[in-house]
Amino acid sequence: MTEKTMTLKNSKQDIKTIQVNYIARVEGRGALNISVTKDGKVQDLRFRIYEPPRFFEAFLVGRRYTEMMELTSRICGICPVAHQITALRAVENAIGLEPSDQTNDLRKLLALSAHIQSHVLSMYFLSLPDLMGYESSIAMAKDHLDVVKRALRLKKLGNDLSDLVGGRAVHPVTAVVGGFTAIPSKNKIQAIRKELVNAKKDAIDTVELFSNVEIPQFVRKCEHVAISDAHSYAINNGRFRSTAGLNIHESEYRDYISEKQTTYSTALHSHVKTRNSFMVGPLPRVNLNFGQLSADAKEAAKRSGVKFPNFNPFVSHLARAIEVVHSIDESIEIIDRLPLKEEATREIVCRAGFGAAITEAPRGSLYHSYLLDNNGIVQKADLVPPTAHNANNVEKDMHEFILTMLDEPIEEITRKCEMLVRAYDPCISCSTH
Amino acid sequence: MNKKPTVGVFKFTGCAGCQLEFLHLEDVFLDLLKVVDITYWVMVKRENSEGPWDISFVEGGISTPEEIEEIKQIRKKSKIVVAFGDCAIAGCIPSIRNWIPQMEAENKVYADTSVIHSTKVMGIGEYVKVDAVLKGCPPHRDTILEFIKASLLQIRPRLRQHPVCVECKYRDNECLITSKKIPCMGPVTSAGCGALCPSLGRECEGCFGPMSNPNAAALADIFKEIGLHRNDIERKFRKYAGMTMEFRREAGQ
Repeated sequence: MTEKTMTLKNSKQDIKTIQVNYIARVEGRGALNISVTKDGKVQDLRFRIYEPPRFFEAFLVGRRYTEMMELTSRICGICPVAHQITALRAVENAIGLEPSDQTNDLRKLLALSAHIQSHVLSMYFLSLPDLMGYESSIAMAKDHLDVVKRALRLKKLGNDLSDLVGGRAVHPVTAVVGGFTAIPSKNKIQAIRKELVNAKKDAIDTVELFSNVEIPQFVRKCEHVAISDAHSYAINNGRFRSTAGLNIHESEYRDYISEKQTTYSTALHSHVKTRNSFMVGPLPRVNLNFGQLSADAKEAAKRSGVKFPNFNPFVSHLARAIEVVHSIDESIEIIDRLPLKEEATREIVCRAGFGAAITEAPRGSLYHSYLLDNNGIVQKADLVPPTAHNANNVEKDMHEFILTMLDEPIEEITRKCEMLVRAYDPCISCSTH
Repeated sequence: MNKKPTVGVFKFTGCAGCQLEFLHLEDVFLDLLKVVDITYWVMVKRENSEGPWDISFVEGGISTPEEIEEIKQIRKKSKIVVAFGDCAIAGCIPSIRNWIPQMEAENKVYADTSVIHSTKVMGIGEYVKVDAVLKGCPPHRDTILEFIKASLLQIRPRLRQHPVCVECKYRDNECLITSKKIPCMGPVTSAGCGALCPSLGRECEGCFGPMSNPNAAALADIFKEIGLHRNDIERKFRKYAGMTMEFRREAGQ
């Protein structure tokens, strides 16, 4: 496809070209190359991820099952918690280990803390400058110090909670196969509970802010996918479901989802077999699991005036804000039921087997699977991060989005295309892993 | 000070966790902006300068020919180049793949390897002169702050040379090796984390890389006495810093 469009491009002079060599305010290294003819045909459109691959799936082979959480954490500095929990669950599924209720609760608490941190980073630091007309949050601080201070407060809350449960926010250390090596003290958890209660106003104000900023009105009804659970807002456990009827167990993932390589991107592109690309992330989660959000998160969503399910990718920012409200509420709920008792170390019996797990990273569904031998040595690893799930869908959205603004100046089209990429909050290092 | 020093933050092959740790300095972030002028940070800013920079924080290892060129350009335009975190120092976790033939690694991930241009992953010091190293996966935010403060004062930063064991002593932790026969990397690992893992019920995995002059061979012998298999000893040294001179021998062939 690429070669063909190159020749077309050369033969036609009346082509609009959009080129961004290093997309700013996203994690990792990606570029945009788009060309559209004057009569409105998209000749070429590439969300080109050129982040160097790190070959995790190759070097995890030969390592111990107990190391998967620690090693895969290093796929991503923004969502290490999601990789850790997915790796732990996949490994536990392989060896047939069922963690205790307290472990599941602490893992959920850790995941929620990471969602708060990552969402605040994405909303306020990576995307809000576009919506408020600044080049960065640093520039924004000059005129809107209160907004930046609120962002720093909320982000710090997420980090403090991760620090407390996981030991540290970037690459936590306490979550291991079967449980936790240390659990937070009652005093410290009560102290952070107070902070969570106090942060609620900041979270509600965030929903209000993102209900009021102007976003492009662009709707494309693609398949939205997330894990889903009847009893709680699914982050660490649930069936893999979609707005187009997908409803599978995590172990069946590879029967339904495929990846293909493109010539221009080091991230593979995912699609539902026999169907198309799909979207994962906060918007699909809110769309599919609205009923499981906390009462205040639902209320905040209703007050925003935006109707869900919603298929405007730019509404993802608002979905993040709603999820921050929910994350605070559910964290308090978990803290109130946590017994915080020392649990005996589990006797772990290694056995050969295959285990898969899907969790919701802040930016969408994350899949890990491992094949272990009798000694717990990894024989095969298969990892699909959220941005590999989304990469192709970003292009499909952009293909339609660009046609809605062809008469605008190139700089404006470029800025809006970048904004679309940022609405997905891509984690590009993750996607190439 | 007359003029604020200019700072650039750059990313190569890595996970962005070190940049994140920088951003996690929430309490002092706004104050920091008063004393340094961050003119290049693509993850945070849309308008980025072409340099020069007084201090360049470089995160990530070098794993493609393009990255080799880029790091050389950054070196030319920077007064101080900081290897920011373990990846920039010696490749960190991604360097585990250096023990696998490159084609084998590529074939495991990509159907068409003709479009992949990766080499072994190395620290930036392999290609350019490095003025300072901030150890850790990730470096502790206090260390980042200490380094910036020292740079502003034009004094030598107090970066730790001693092992994690010293920090365990400060915290009154029981030694995991002598009392529980748990294979802890603390005796050869650089301090800076505050003995995080041993204080939280688990052994040090070595994520701050080698301390100054570690006796890796002696620790490998102790691991053997404890009953660790040779392959597991190799796995421990071939993790965060297998490519360093200090751990290269114990990391195996």
